[in-house]
Amino acid sequence: MNEWLSLAQGWLGPAWPVVWNVLKIIVLLVPLLLAVAYLTYAERKIIGYMQVRIGPNRVGPKGWLQPIADALKLLFKEVIVPSQANKVLYFVGPAMALAPSLLVWAAVPVNDGWVIADLDAGLLFVMAVISLEVYGVIIAGWASNSKYAFLGAMRASAQMISYEVAMGFGLICVLLVSGTLNLSEIVRQQGTGWFADHGLSFLSWNWLPLLPIAVVYFISGVAETNRAPFDLPEGESEIVAGHMVEYSGMAFALFFLAEYANMILVSFLTSILFFGGWLSPVAFLPDGLHWLLIKASVFLFLYLWIRATFPRFRYDHVMRLGWKVFVPITIVWLLVVAVWMLTPLSIWR
Amino acid sequence: MALELPNFALLAPQIVIALAALVLMTAGAFARERWRQWNYVVAQLAVIVATLLTVFTSGDPRVQTTFGGIFLVDWITLVVQLFIYLSVFAALIYGRFYLIERGLERAEYYALVLLSLLGMQILTVANHLLLFYLGLELMSLALYALVAFDRNHALRAEAGMKYFVLGALASGLILYGLSLIYGATATLSLPEISSVAALRPGDERVFGFGLAFLVAGIAFKFGAVPFHMWVADVYHGAPTPVTLLLASAPKLAAFALAFRLLVFGFFEYAHYWQPMLMVVAVASIVLGNLAAIAQKNLKRMLAYSGISHVGFILLGLAVGVVEGNHQLALNAYSATLFYAIVYAVMSLASFGLILLMARSGFEAEWLDDVKGLNQKSPWFAAMLLITMFSLAGVPFFVGFFAKLAVLQAVVAAGYLWVAVLAVVMSLIGAFYYLRVVKLAYFDEPTERQPLIASSETRVLLSGNALALALFGLMPQGLMSLAAYAMIASL
Amino acid sequence: MDVVSFVFTLFAFFLLLGALGTVFSRNPVAAAMWLVLTFFSAGGVWLLLQAEFLALTLVLVYVGAVMVLFLFVVMMLDLNLAKLREGFWHNAPLALLVGGALAIELYLMLTSPAFHRAAAPAVAGSNTKMIGEVLYTVYAYPFEVAAMILVVAMIAAVTLTHRKRSDVRVVKPEEQIAVKASERLKVVSLPAEKE
Repeated sequence: MNEWLSLAQGWLGPAWPVVWNVLKIIVLLVPLLLAVAYLTYAERKIIGYMQVRIGPNRVGPKGWLQPIADALKLLFKEVIVPSQANKVLYFVGPAMALAPSLLVWAAVPVNDGWVIADLDAGLLFVMAVISLEVYGVIIAGWASNSKYAFLGAMRASAQMISYEVAMGFGLICVLLVSGTLNLSEIVRQQGTGWFADHGLSFLSWNWLPLLPIAVVYFISGVAETNRAPFDLPEGESEIVAGHMVEYSGMAFALFFLAEYANMILVSFLTSILFFGGWLSPVAFLPDGLHWLLIKASVFLFLYLWIRATFPRFRYDHVMRLGWKVFVPITIVWLLVVAVWMLTPLSIWR
Repeated sequence: MALELPNFALLAPQIVIALAALVLMTAGAFARERWRQWNYVVAQLAVIVATLLTVFTSGDPRVQTTFGGIFLVDWITLVVQLFIYLSVFAALIYGRFYLIERGLERAEYYALVLLSLLGMQILTVANHLLLFYLGLELMSLALYALVAFDRNHALRAEAGMKYFVLGALASGLILYGLSLIYGATATLSLPEISSVAALRPGDERVFGFGLAFLVAGIAFKFGAVPFHMWVADVYHGAPTPVTLLLASAPKLAAFALAFRLLVFGFFEYAHYWQPMLMVVAVASIVLGNLAAIAQKNLKRMLAYSGISHVGFILLGLAVGVVEGNHQLALNAYSATLFYAIVYAVMSLASFGLILLMARSGFEAEWLDDVKGLNQKSPWFAAMLLITMFSLAGVPFFVGFFAKLAVLQAVVAAGYLWVAVLAVVMSLIGAFYYLRVVKLAYFDEPTERQPLIASSETRVLLSGNALALALFGLMPQGLMSLAAYAMIASL
Repeated sequence: MDVVSFVFTLFAFFLLLGALGTVFSRNPVAAAMWLVLTFFSAGGVWLLLQAEFLALTLVLVYVGAVMVLFLFVVMMLDLNLAKLREGFWHNAPLALLVGGALAIELYLMLTSPAFHRAAAPAVAGSNTKMIGEVLYTVYAYPFEVAAMILVVAMIAAVTLTHRKRSDVRVVKPEEQIAVKASERLKVVSLPAEKE
């Protein structure tokens, strides 16, 4: 492997760093997009079984080719532009939705040292890029020049901004206990501690001391990605499909891609920040990428489970939960953790 | 980097005020209706406790610093702060009845007053450009909100909006000036700036630009010509208790700001800022007095009179250094401090009297509303007479000695023509003050509703006005306090 | 041209493009989007100066929060574009005069020796950590004062805009929970009516 690398390096000369980085990006993005495709399939199957249905089973063996068929169908459909829409922003919208949800993966480590950009301020970068996601929604809603789309965009952006506050405070708690903004470092930090020394490293992960924060973070993540039961922005029974109502074909597919990529991102981040990332839960099993994938899959399953189980919130309840429950909880726990760290009982020395 | 723990004793008055404001807001969100009267008590208690703490924590040794020197308490801080507390204390008492009658007496009002007080406290202790800006913003932001507090009233909302937009502009000017000064000196700390021995040739130009912006911003916050456009509209538009507050305590805080920045920080560069201040001061005295004559609204008239008084304060600051000679500085600056204090007390009395005459549905803000006050209440007509005479600078009231002290400094600095102009303008100004007295004594009242006011307002207001007469007879005490503060601090 | 100056040129180009777009675009929403591009490119330039904390905070705060709220307001307003542009040519000479004066001043300032000094060398290490250390030790007091300013802004905004509407029915859970059975249901014994 190493000989191949040095050979390529000599052959490409100064262009090598660019090629190498593009390769890294491809290696990350292709599995990600495949995962997105099969997440839609998993969603339909799992929710189907939960509701005692079979789910898609016609395209390919057991319906395995269903996502491919869906993608092809969307590709060949006509993209209809409403005549009164703002033509430029109408197409900027879906692009702005997808771009940040792919960009953010640059700083997400998937294994020890496996990261495109090992930023010192990785956590800040992730927060900053996630905060850009709202633009796709708000621009699409406005540029469509439709009441449903506009209302959906307003709902979505208000919801995303509100829950970002709670998420931000939660991340500050993580930052406080790990003392670094580097995501790889945050994971490594979770592998140390009294329990980790005694072979039970899953008790040393952040989720235990930061339990309220971990719960709030994941629920906020669900709200942030506009998924059920917080899917009011696209609430079918009231405003059809919210900001996506005027989109068809590939433009619509981009929103779809962004939404599922964000779900995967939230699951990965929850695993990394609170559940030890690629670390193995017990000492006698080796660490590795598979642990991160297993953990993220559990959270993705949780996403689908929640969708199949809970009815949709009312809008004022969504806002109340965000501002009057989550924000106070996270602020109080931030104080608790800060005080805890200064007492002799601190477990983070 | 060794971290020294700050001296929290010096910080105690500010902590008390900030805590009281937060407690008021928190309690206001949860408390029941009948607890509302306690808002006033909590606010007043906070002011009293802060006053006591200030007295006990400062003054010995004469100059104390903490937070690595960005926080400074000296005798000027002490004197200015005490009169700020007094002004806020009186403003809360005078205004309470007015607010209750108009349904405005809410926890938010007291919280905002306390927070603006916090901003003023910070202005008096700041020794760092960043802190000046933050203190100024804190004070101003709370005042903008107070001006528009009665938001359903179009005039109030308009005044609040004007004040906010123009105030934001002034903040921008100050911030830009500060950034240029930082660019020229590479520090934000006042002692360091004053000790920068010589600026390089290019830096000097940048520094001069910065100072010009800074002086413009200060003139704006004072409400001096040509940055006076907001004053009349805001004084007129704001609810009278807020006008009362605006005209008293923030002027003292602005004095502290100007004095600390210009004299402590940029004393060596007096040849830059003194001419600017001089122009602003003379323009303010002329325009303030001339424009006040035309006013029919008492609050507007007092606003323009305020502009002329601010002119005198700035005049005192502008004559400290004569051709590089610092001999007269002490005299000029103590006269200025004396003037600022006297003006704040006179403002309290004059707007307090308007509040005394006001009642539900009647603002008592027009000149005609003063007519025949003597028939309704000879005692308060006399108080009005004292206040107006003092504002006009009639001899042997305290306002006279304030003007005299500043003019002496001006003459000593060799600006005879400025002194003559100021005297002439004061004589013109006496006309509109005396007109108010004439209306109160010699005209028939337009309506005969008796005065209604709480007993504490009556007592305090009488004391306030009588103090103007008393200090007029014995100005030495206050004057020597101002002089001592200057000697102890410089 | 090395990579750094290429990236700088790229960001600087988009920065200027965004600024021009903000000023010249006719549609307020488009202007806001140009401004977003401007902030984003400025963040990129700062990143090149190794000020990663400021750069990311700029994106997080201005792009992620402030501009979104700005867009909210601009989108909700029914702006009459024609009316906004009315009188443009009437004011143009004055604007040109002021702009020209500013340009000359800027030229004078920028050519003065004050702006020709070597940039301070970037400090190695995480500047997020360094800013944090200074902010919570040396500048702890101004930091707290800034927090109080935000409190004032919040109180002022709520005080001046919050209105209790009387025409809306609202569910008050705390009152619902506090209800006792005796308040809702009263058992009365009625005398049996005789036929």
